[in-house]
Amino acid sequence: MRAVHSEFTRQQHPSSTIDMQVLAKTARASAPRFCMRSFASSAGRCQATPIEKPVLNKEFKIYRWNPDEPANKPTLQSFTIDLNQTGPMILDALIKIKNEIDPTLTFRRSCREGICGSCAMNIDGQNTLACLCRIDRNSSKNSKIYPLPHSKFFAVVPPYNPHCMLVFAVYIVKDLVPDLTLFYKQYKSIKPYLQNDNLPQQGEFLQSQEDRKKLDGMYECILCACCTTSCPSYWWNQDEYLGPATLMQAYRWIADSRDSYGAQRKEQLQNEMSMYRCHTIFNCARTCPKGLNPAEAIAKIKLELAAD
Amino acid sequence: MMSARIGLGSATRRVAFAPVIGRNQTVLRTLIPKRGVQIQSLPPSASEEILNAQRLKRPSSPHFTIYQPQLTWLGSIANRVTGGALSALLYGFSLAYLIAPDTFDSAHIVEFVAGLPDYVKYTGKVILAAPFTFHFWNGLRHLSWDMGKFLSLKGAYRAGYAALGATVISTVALVLM
Repeated sequence: MRAVHSEFTRQQHPSSTIDMQVLAKTARASAPRFCMRSFASSAGRCQATPIEKPVLNKEFKIYRWNPDEPANKPTLQSFTIDLNQTGPMILDALIKIKNEIDPTLTFRRSCREGICGSCAMNIDGQNTLACLCRIDRNSSKNSKIYPLPHSKFFAVVPPYNPHCMLVFAVYIVKDLVPDLTLFYKQYKSIKPYLQNDNLPQQGEFLQSQEDRKKLDGMYECILCACCTTSCPSYWWNQDEYLGPATLMQAYRWIADSRDSYGAQRKEQLQNEMSMYRCHTIFNCARTCPKGLNPAEAIAKIKLELAAD
Repeated sequence: MMSARIGLGSATRRVAFAPVIGRNQTVLRTLIPKRGVQIQSLPPSASEEILNAQRLKRPSSPHFTIYQPQLTWLGSIANRVTGGALSALLYGFSLAYLIAPDTFDSAHIVEFVAGLPDYVKYTGKVILAAPFTFHFWNGLRHLSWDMGKFLSLKGAYRAGYAALGATVISTVALVLM
């Protein structure tokens, strides 16, 4: 009703604001009585008061390191947020903290539904995707969030070529963002694509349903690096050991009936370091946010290599 | 609501009727003083050096100190530690026997142990039996994995708990012997 009045007055006096305010006041005062009463009786009693959820504060301790101040050691910074004003997942909490408390908090995220693998991090001691990890509603216990674990103990080896170290060491870029260059290089090294010199006469490569089934549980890998960075063997030997994610993809191509380079692929793994640093620890299968089992795939490569 | 409307209207109107000089980009640019930052021109090839300098200062993130204790990797570490300790003992004793066969022969050892008090005997037995049996049972677990058995996560956990249980039982049995 008021809006209609003001529109009316503005049309009559478009130039002067003071005049408009005065006019609006008089218009409001002169509005018919029944109109005012109808407004008064509508709200208040009829509307239910919104249920306010109680405040449920939880502390998040998040790993921070700023590359602009490299002399400062990495620290755990504490943030407290109300869980009843936050989404259910750890990623929601991180986004809320970044939006409302500290915009400098840095982390990777994209799809928020566990298909891109960007938000892989160590949450409460276990590697997982922040978008698939529910916040523990127990507010008395804090949640600790670290980047994916790595080690540099044995990566800082070669004194003969310092640049070798620069290439191979995997470190923190900022806060929760690790440098995954090495991880991707290792993935590239196993040639993760179909190799076959005998192209089919026409159409596409055909595959039986049984052969296709062999790829289930391997092709779903999103390369989030959760398993690789959870592997103690990879912590100590990351410069030479390929790690569970890469090895499972190696087996994904060895097991593919359409690929004819299986022998070469196996030959590449037939050395002390590339695959045999796997001691069947099972941290990879335990941590995989997609429920895959790299340990099993690696054990199968070992069996096939032993049978050769 | 009404005052907001009026305020907004007047504000947009003010911008619309503002003198042209305010919207003139070149005039604006000369009015705003230049930043006091000196820009250094670098070839594209210099980027790698900058990145490498930055990489040198990057920390590595924490690993085993923050990782959740799990049967998977703690069992693996225990297997390695017990294996190392048992081989050290074997090699140590064998070398000692080679060097001083008279001091370390069976008769002397039996005599030495017989003279010890009971609590030392039992503690010593546990210290010897627990690593040995754990390494034995966990070794069987590893052999079954190499044969392609228990390769699911559930299987690995079941075999792990079974190895732990068998360790406890066989340790007690060995200590009571």
